[in-house]
Amino acid sequence: MRKVSRTLAAAAFAAVLMMTAAGCSKKKPPVATPPPTQPAPPPEAPPPAPLAVRINSFTGEPRSIERGQSATLRWSIGNATDISIDQGLGSVAANGSRQVFPSQTTTYTLTAKGAAGQDSRSVTIEVATSVPPPPPRTVTAKMSSAEILGRDAQDVYFDYDKNDIRPDGRDTLTKNAQVIKGILAADPGFSVVIEGHCDERGSEEYNLALGDRRAIAVKEFLVQLGVPDSSLKTISYGKERPVCTDENETCYQKNRRGHLAPAQ
Amino acid sequence: MKTKLILASFIALAACAIFVHGQEQITGIIREGQHRPRMAVIDFRGTGDAQKYMTTFNSTLWDELNNSGVLEMVGKTFYPVDVPQQPQDFRPPTTTPGLRRGDPPRTVKAGPWLTDWSGPPANANYLAFGYTAVQDGRLVLRGFLYNVGQPDLVSADLIHKLYFGSLDDDGAKKVARDFAADILQQFGRKSLAGTKIFFVSDRTGNKEIWSMDYDGSNQKPMTNYRSISKEPVVSADGKMFAFSTLANHSWQIMVHSVETGKKLPFYNPVSSTIETPEFAPDGRHILFAASLNGWVNLCIADLNGGNMNQLSRVRSSEVSPRVNPKTGRDVLFISGRSGIEQLWHMNIDGGDAEMITNGEGYVANPSWNPNGQLIAFAWTRGPEPGAFSIFVMEIASKKYTQLKSVGGKSENPWWAPDGVHLVFQSTQGRSTQIYSILADGTNPQKLTSAGNNTQPVWANGIN
Repeated sequence: MRKVSRTLAAAAFAAVLMMTAAGCSKKKPPVATPPPTQPAPPPEAPPPAPLAVRINSFTGEPRSIERGQSATLRWSIGNATDISIDQGLGSVAANGSRQVFPSQTTTYTLTAKGAAGQDSRSVTIEVATSVPPPPPRTVTAKMSSAEILGRDAQDVYFDYDKNDIRPDGRDTLTKNAQVIKGILAADPGFSVVIEGHCDERGSEEYNLALGDRRAIAVKEFLVQLGVPDSSLKTISYGKERPVCTDENETCYQKNRRGHLAPAQ
Repeated sequence: MKTKLILASFIALAACAIFVHGQEQITGIIREGQHRPRMAVIDFRGTGDAQKYMTTFNSTLWDELNNSGVLEMVGKTFYPVDVPQQPQDFRPPTTTPGLRRGDPPRTVKAGPWLTDWSGPPANANYLAFGYTAVQDGRLVLRGFLYNVGQPDLVSADLIHKLYFGSLDDDGAKKVARDFAADILQQFGRKSLAGTKIFFVSDRTGNKEIWSMDYDGSNQKPMTNYRSISKEPVVSADGKMFAFSTLANHSWQIMVHSVETGKKLPFYNPVSSTIETPEFAPDGRHILFAASLNGWVNLCIADLNGGNMNQLSRVRSSEVSPRVNPKTGRDVLFISGRSGIEQLWHMNIDGGDAEMITNGEGYVANPSWNPNGQLIAFAWTRGPEPGAFSIFVMEIASKKYTQLKSVGGKSENPWWAPDGVHLVFQSTQGRSTQIYSILADGTNPQKLTSAGNNTQPVWANGIN
């Protein structure tokens, strides 16, 4: 019975409200509103699950290089606490780049560790080594003998108006003798021309004779050191072929020389 | 006594140099006790097309006579107005009786006469006159030389001659020079016309032997070895020249014909250095320097190199043998026997060697005067220590003077066949050129300009 009465009461209440609301001009006393209902507190959130390490990117550009060139590694890592790249790069920041100079094809592996575990990724930089061209084929042994002589033999210097071999000349010629003997061991037919030169003072004709004396002095010294006489020729240029033309002692000394050249 | 003998050996009016003992100054060419003859030269004119070249002709004739140093040229402002062009222009003055009885005869001038020139203001001793014309397309000169101190034309006549040349400036120069040579010969001067200078030039990029006329014209290469060719000398008859060369990759002497340019046989000794050839005046031997036994010493051989003998055997370098052209028996040379290169003198057999210079500085390039008594050489003594300049020395007394040159470093003097000119090289900056000069240092003439030009020798032309 109470249910029905309650329902009838509610209906009557609603009808009153409706009549009031319909603009019934009659003033009615305000109806008290019930207090708002407190929403129920949300349930406690579970602790967040740890985020997975995220390798956003790990690239190497360019992927192919020639030896001696460089490549750039770039990476962007999320959710990691410890990031490292092998091949000696070591620990790195989460986002970064590094220029590398691999001398041969190399694979770089990035390892990122975080709370949720770890991940890794690799990038390979290929290094193409271009093969240098082979040395020119030498036609006869004589050509390389001339090159050796040109590279290894040194000029010997003389005092003014003299053809004596000085102590420094002896050292030079001792080394030159070794060079020549080395060449002759591989190339017994090789001949050396010893040129005698002078500075520009004095006459051309007297200097031609002095240059002759210097060339002969060099030859005799080399022969004493065991260089075969038959492999040595002499020629004087006097003052015809100066290496410098300044009128000072520095230049004069440079010109007072014995020079070894391959025979024609 | 010796000085007088030397001077007396010259034909009157020939040049000689006087040396002031202790001074190193050239004092000039003088002729002992004689004034130079006074020479007048008219301005020659030409008929027709010949006139175009008369400026060249007249300046060449004047220069040749003036530069010889033999004559005193009379300035043209002193010349009479009426100038003869040929002998028939002369008119002896006539004599007419005095106007009144008892008056002396009067001399009436009839035309140009000898006394116009021998008297004041010209006061000349000699007159050169004539004219040019065109004949068969060639320039022809009628040239006359008269001794105007003579009383009549027949006695005055010294030269009357025709000269031919091409109808252009070169032809005008040629006939002027030929005429001047004949005039100078009257005064004992051997003409330079036809003589040649051989020298070294690098203007093609390599040192080659070249030749030119005594005045620098007609320069032409005599070799084309494209190596280093140098030290030319010419035989006394002008027909052969010798030089040293690297053409075959070691130093050798080569001998060529002047006329054909072709190589003549010469067998070099086996030697690392051969240089400074010299023709003996007898025309049958060549001297040179060659490295034998380790030292460059002097040698003599036949013209083809056979029968070689060593003239010196010393442990010194010796170069540049030069044989006395008058005696053919003694030799100047450069030797390091004293420790430094000096001038030496010896007999051609190698005996009686004597050092001529005093041991200071260094000496190079000796040259004999045709008279066998004067020599020239390069020496580093003088105001520019270390630089060569040219010295002239009387060999008997060893008195010497320094030639005042054109400046710069001077080397390689060589006497001309006339005994009063020298040719030499002089370096200024980086350029070396050849000059001729009178032995008293006057009248330098620059003969070359292209490339560097060195080692001149003055030779007779081929007869």
